[in-house]
Amino acid sequence: MTLALETKGLEKQFGALKVTRDLSLQVAHGARHALIGPNGAGKTTVINLLTGVLKPDAGRILLEGHDITNRTVHGRVLRGLSRTFQINQLYPDLTPIETIGLAVAERLGRGGDWWRVMGTRSDVNTEIAENLARFHLTDVMNEPTATLAYGKQRLLEIAVAIASKPRVLLLDEPAAGVPESERHDILAAVASLPRDVTVLLIEHDMDLVFSFADRISVLVNGAMLVEGTPDEVARDARVKAVYLGEGVDG
Amino acid sequence: MATSSDVGRIARAHASWHWSEIAFWCLALACGFAFPSRYLIMTDIVRLGLFALSLDLILGYAGIVSLGHAAFFGIGAYSAGLLALHGVITEPVLALLVAGLAATVIGFLTSFLVIRGVDLTRLMVTLGIALLLEALAERYSDITGGTDGLQGIVMAPVLGLFEFDIFGRTGFFYALIVLFLLFLIARRVVHSPFGLSLRAIKNNPLRAAAIGVPVNRRLIAVYTLASFYAGIAGALFTQTTQLASLDVFSFERSADLMLVLVIGGTGYLYGGLIGAVVFRMLQEFFSTITPEYWQFWIGLVLVVIVLVGRARLHRWVLLVPNWISRQLSGRKAAVAIPESEA
Amino acid sequence: MTSILTNLFDGVAYGMLLFVLACGLAVTLGLMNFVNLAHGAFAMAGGYICAVLVNGQGWPFFAALPFAFIGSGLIGAAFERGLYRHLYTRSHLDQVLFSIGLVFMSVAAVDYFMGSSRVFINLPSALEGQFDAFGVGIGRYRLMIIVICGLLTALLQLILAKTRFGSRLRAAVDDPRAASGLGINVPQVFAFTFAFGCGLAGLGGALSAEVLGLDPYFPLKFMIYFLIVVTVGGSSSITGPFLASLLLGIGDVAGKYYVPKMGPFVIYTIMIVILIWRPNGLFGRTAAR
Repeated sequence: MTLALETKGLEKQFGALKVTRDLSLQVAHGARHALIGPNGAGKTTVINLLTGVLKPDAGRILLEGHDITNRTVHGRVLRGLSRTFQINQLYPDLTPIETIGLAVAERLGRGGDWWRVMGTRSDVNTEIAENLARFHLTDVMNEPTATLAYGKQRLLEIAVAIASKPRVLLLDEPAAGVPESERHDILAAVASLPRDVTVLLIEHDMDLVFSFADRISVLVNGAMLVEGTPDEVARDARVKAVYLGEGVDG
Repeated sequence: MATSSDVGRIARAHASWHWSEIAFWCLALACGFAFPSRYLIMTDIVRLGLFALSLDLILGYAGIVSLGHAAFFGIGAYSAGLLALHGVITEPVLALLVAGLAATVIGFLTSFLVIRGVDLTRLMVTLGIALLLEALAERYSDITGGTDGLQGIVMAPVLGLFEFDIFGRTGFFYALIVLFLLFLIARRVVHSPFGLSLRAIKNNPLRAAAIGVPVNRRLIAVYTLASFYAGIAGALFTQTTQLASLDVFSFERSADLMLVLVIGGTGYLYGGLIGAVVFRMLQEFFSTITPEYWQFWIGLVLVVIVLVGRARLHRWVLLVPNWISRQLSGRKAAVAIPESEA
Repeated sequence: MTSILTNLFDGVAYGMLLFVLACGLAVTLGLMNFVNLAHGAFAMAGGYICAVLVNGQGWPFFAALPFAFIGSGLIGAAFERGLYRHLYTRSHLDQVLFSIGLVFMSVAAVDYFMGSSRVFINLPSALEGQFDAFGVGIGRYRLMIIVICGLLTALLQLILAKTRFGSRLRAAVDDPRAASGLGINVPQVFAFTFAFGCGLAGLGGALSAEVLGLDPYFPLKFMIYFLIVVTVGGSSSITGPFLASLLLGIGDVAGKYYVPKMGPFVIYTIMIVILIWRPNGLFGRTAAR
């Protein structure tokens, strides 16, 4: 069985500071894999390396067996690797229709179409409508994103990533900052992601990690400390030591 | 559950024509009949409006700040002048297209330089390209006529039917029709998926790439398109004035252009056209006060616009134009949003 | 052979002049990330102050130079406090529009008050002509430029390296946020540096009247040169702009001498190539913020 996502000996250095050390990560097909680590462990750098924002100094990244190390950011998206953003990076003056429409049009290869007006392609429209319905955004589909409730914006964030039909999805703290009352919608949306989409969850919230993940990797100082099932990780003495004060399950 | 057709209808609604847009173009056409003694200045406004429309495509929609947009205006102007002067292509419409394509080629080639780097690098590179072309035109003065410019350009009738007259009547309607046709194309482009992806890039290029938008390719495409528009504007300049001299490349031309666009507001296509009218009227007004020093007042207008804040200015000082622009753009969101407040 | 050395000498003089003219801009750009296209206007102010004092009031050239520095510095300080500081957080487009507006105003205003023709400053006879050193023709005026600008550069380096103000400035350029966290008053440091940079530009403007020519279009004509110095040199130290100035000066003089027909073509081409190759400047260290 090939892996959905694999890194081999990734290294990244900023000046004298090594932020990623010999990172080898293996994410199986259909997995619900979580990447956790204390603040400053280098989680953000790993996301940037995986998505192509940063180029690694050494090592390789494989997506379903294909080497994507030298691919561009958008090239990786078209190959099936999408991500969500932790802090709000949505387009404030675009509506959900337009935001999701962007992703759908690019995936269907219509993004460069400069002659036909937006909304005249039924294949694009159908996919937009599906995604709106699935993420409970139909009622606000024509409102500028800036005016949406925060929970709706987090849902739109996931919807945009899913609209690219990824085979591997990187979820960067999907529930960060969402008020308790809207939290359920987000968790439900994450839980209902199709099983054939492999998910790598980068998360702080241990409740979410342990309820969602079937496999956990712990990152410390840019290197892999432990990898295993939630039970194994929870029992691991080194992990407890790292999270001392933070508490593994709190 | 919204159906596919609901989504399509809402998405297309942004692109539908508003009554005020139709009124705008009727008004422009009416001016052609109402002020027969003012053809020259009105033609000038139309050319400037087209040139500003070109800058709006890259600045207002894609967020590229250019200090050297006159480069493409100049290429278009000299191409049209040389084609007519040497009798290569005498028919104006065909010559216009060829001149526009010449600018497009240069635009495409230089776009690779422009898309790299941050704002400052872009400013320098665009400015550098315009200065470089100006230096080249000066160097090869045997072709370009140097500081005197091209002399003795004679234009053949448009489509072999309409003779250019001394009142500038043909010139005006010719320029207005070209502007309208190119406006229609631009309008379609900005409402297409391509146009939407440009807005996404301008707002947040990193995010656009993460959605799957090939950022560089789109920027190259729009820069090339804008250079075509600027080239056409330059060619119109030569064809309707029978002049082409080194100052088509000048920095002042690029700088004035920014002022035109800023007066009218960016990112809704009509800004450049409205700005061109206001700018020429301001220029006329200042010239009557101090003929030689009108540039001082133009400078003051720039400084005041920035200090007051472009967004605020468009909300309060230009309440009426802003109202028009809101009508024209037909969107809920405010139109005079300043580019990248980052 | 001697012509090469004479050209080299002229190029060095030109380059050092450019450095004094432009180094203030490096700080504006590096510290406040402000694109100030109007820097040349402050240089022009110094040039005209010197011209008025020497030609109009009959002051000796060397007595007028410090006043070119002080006058431009004061004008710079007034503009920084009154106008510039409100625009530091604005977009680059706003900064560009604003400073172009200032350039246009300065050009028209100087034209109005001083006339549009080129102004020559009466020089003491000791600075005229050239002498021969080991077969190399050395212009006296250019030698003076090298001496003055060389001393200024050394002084700047000393201030940056040895004084408390210098270390604060370096900290602020490195990381403004961290610097203000350390209790450094970044706006104050910047205001002072801006005024000082304008003063240097004014001094440069006075010195350059003889070499570059002084007329109302000075800020427009040399805008690109100042920008080249800081973008190619980078704004993280003064060594970068200094080397870039020398390169530009020598390149420009040599270009005009050996390929006169190509004019400024060579310089613009080199600039574009360098910016494509190293977007943060030849000697730039940090990425532009």
